[in-house]
Amino acid sequence: MNPLIPLFVVVPLAGAFLIMILGRFIRDFHKYFTSLVLLFLVILSFYSLFNSDGNVSVYKVGGWEPVNRIPIGIYMVMDGFTLILLCIVNLIGFLSVFYSISYISRYTSENFFYALFCLMIAGMNGVVLSGDIFNIFVFLEISAISSYALVAFGVEKNELEATFKYQVLGGLASFMILFGIGFIYWKTKTLNIADIKTALGTGNDKYYYLFVQILILSGFGLKAAIIPFHAWLPDAHSSAPSPISAMLSGVLIKAVGIYVIFRLFFNMFILTEAMAVLITTLGTLSMVVGVFLAIGQWDIKRLLAYHSISQMGYVVMSVGIGMILISRGVNDKIATLAVAGGLFHLINHAAFKGLLFLNAGAIEYSTGTRDLKEMGGLSRSMPFTSATSFIASLSISGVPPFNGFFSKLIIIIAAIMAKFYLLAALAVIVSIITLASFLKFQRYAFYNKTQEKVKGDIKEVPFPMIFSMVILSVMCLLLSLLAFPGIREAVLSPAIEILTDPGRYSFQIIGF
Amino acid sequence: MKGMTIIVKKTTQLIAGLVFLYGIYIIIHGHLTPGGGFAGGVILAGSFILQILAFGSEFTHLLKEETGSTFYENMAILVVLFLAVSGLLFGLKVFFLNWVPQGTPGEIISAGMLPLYNIFVGIEVAASILTIFLALVIFKEEISK
Amino acid sequence: MTVYLLCFILFLVGLYGVITRRNLIKIAISLSIMEFSSFLFFALIGFVDGGVAPIVDPADPLKTYVDPLPQALVLTAIVIGLATTAMLMAVIIRIYRKYKTFDIREISNLRG
Repeated sequence: MNPLIPLFVVVPLAGAFLIMILGRFIRDFHKYFTSLVLLFLVILSFYSLFNSDGNVSVYKVGGWEPVNRIPIGIYMVMDGFTLILLCIVNLIGFLSVFYSISYISRYTSENFFYALFCLMIAGMNGVVLSGDIFNIFVFLEISAISSYALVAFGVEKNELEATFKYQVLGGLASFMILFGIGFIYWKTKTLNIADIKTALGTGNDKYYYLFVQILILSGFGLKAAIIPFHAWLPDAHSSAPSPISAMLSGVLIKAVGIYVIFRLFFNMFILTEAMAVLITTLGTLSMVVGVFLAIGQWDIKRLLAYHSISQMGYVVMSVGIGMILISRGVNDKIATLAVAGGLFHLINHAAFKGLLFLNAGAIEYSTGTRDLKEMGGLSRSMPFTSATSFIASLSISGVPPFNGFFSKLIIIIAAIMAKFYLLAALAVIVSIITLASFLKFQRYAFYNKTQEKVKGDIKEVPFPMIFSMVILSVMCLLLSLLAFPGIREAVLSPAIEILTDPGRYSFQIIGF
Repeated sequence: MKGMTIIVKKTTQLIAGLVFLYGIYIIIHGHLTPGGGFAGGVILAGSFILQILAFGSEFTHLLKEETGSTFYENMAILVVLFLAVSGLLFGLKVFFLNWVPQGTPGEIISAGMLPLYNIFVGIEVAASILTIFLALVIFKEEISK
Repeated sequence: MTVYLLCFILFLVGLYGVITRRNLIKIAISLSIMEFSSFLFFALIGFVDGGVAPIVDPADPLKTYVDPLPQALVLTAIVIGLATTAMLMAVIIRIYRKYKTFDIREISNLRG
């Protein structure tokens, strides 16, 4: 059993409570300690990524071995899909903490910020590492409650209203997830994901499981902000402080929304064509509606939040195409390509959306406003911010040689090869409209004449913020290398195999 | 806020200690009877909250910040995590292992490490519910000023 | 079957409260009622016909017990529900300080 697996959860949890105790005595302890903790987690996750060789590691908490080949006890599972998400969560977390060393000094009681941040990271690590559904629920709640508090951090009117809406809808989602878990337990009498798959394979209640699948899709879809469950996202992501917006939009909706949907639908339920078509439809709707709602926005962060909905629609649509092909039982190669495109776009979106939110935070730090009509001409006074923002805007619009181009290309090719011509056409149109929206953002923020309100002394932002933004823009260039065969085998292929191969997950964990 | 009438104050003086003792009883017998760390911790916090409500905040000299109870809460959680990680040192070397020798079922000192977990989780829950209550009361005082 | 139907009615009562009430605190309490209905459902799932409470008596250890796992799940879920409600209450008090009202129709600063 790999001894590194519980460290991903224990280290940030212990760090959060140590910050609360020692932060009162030692000055500036919280900033550097949190950066060290997250740097340790980044090193650990990349080491596990390059050392795993595509195997599945299982950790049985408490040492309870299976009795009569039935798993008792809580399992923590680390396979290819988990490793990708662990690397994304910890890397974007580390860069956000480094950015917030200088950004959060404008708020009071910084102790609580870093402690809540560590708790959120511990919750997200726990969700992606757990092998049983109730554990997913517990860690999901830990990270969700920390994010409610972090969204309301600077307690102004807008932030409190945004977090109230977020909390009521989040509570509704948690209730639906708990209800779904109850229904699953009633029929299968077990909570382990691999064991549920074995128990479901012999059952006959089709309509019961259809109801359970709809409940689980609604609950986690609310957390992942798919249409029609997106109502909390624009308010919450635009009112939060900028490093928290980067974490929420770049990591949280992926790790607790999209990851769990894919894990449960590929590895636990038996895929039917009806559910696959439903998921693909929801993804396409998110893609289209998100970008049309984003065109008319003049507030930077609301614009970026609506674009998050649209890009998540790309991911869900692409993996949905893979699900349709698998449920029909044909065309394994095209299904693998579609799932690969979706996962690649997931990784890319974390990088460039995180960078865009950090840029918006830098603009707000220097000029004090978030409205596009009130700023202009920033490319002369803020060179680093303007260069990294240009790179991020080109990435999200799908311009070569940045990473967005390769992942969108794979998605469109997979849609055409599977004969879904309407979806491919919609993907191209949405990409063009995204390009138009970001050209508007670049022009009004950086290349216009400077407006009246922000004339004055606009300096470049301090060093920690520049460091995070530059590292993320370098990642935007490097991630495009993931499309090439050598690196793809090491990183993406284990994840795709574990998702699309029907018996492999449960075979590796419980042996049949 | 002002305290309550003299009947409430006298009854609280008689009962608060017994409530505290009842909470400790539920925590310690957590592996034999229903209850355990969480339920016992809530009852412990209940005895403190009863005293604050009955006597009023001027009498109990509530401070501006709830620093004392936060300290106990964090220390108790760190001890629980330390006990869980200590399973990595003995026997099978897994997380959360029950490595203390287990006695006969039905006695108080049995079932390995469970009574220790119960006690520290009880302290932690009592401290955190007290912190929530103090934070809300102190904030309400700030509004009414 | 009637006990499951009563759980569902409790859930509908909570949902009605969240959707139609205007006072912020009533919305919070209705959310809490909705969560309690799911706890009740969980505790009812583990019932075995003819079972007794799952406390092992050393003199006679081989009886039919009710399933203890859902009861442990309900304990955890109650703690999580408490944390969610406490967080919601703290945010409501801060909203009262800023907006000076508990009415949800007046709290509509963010649009679009």
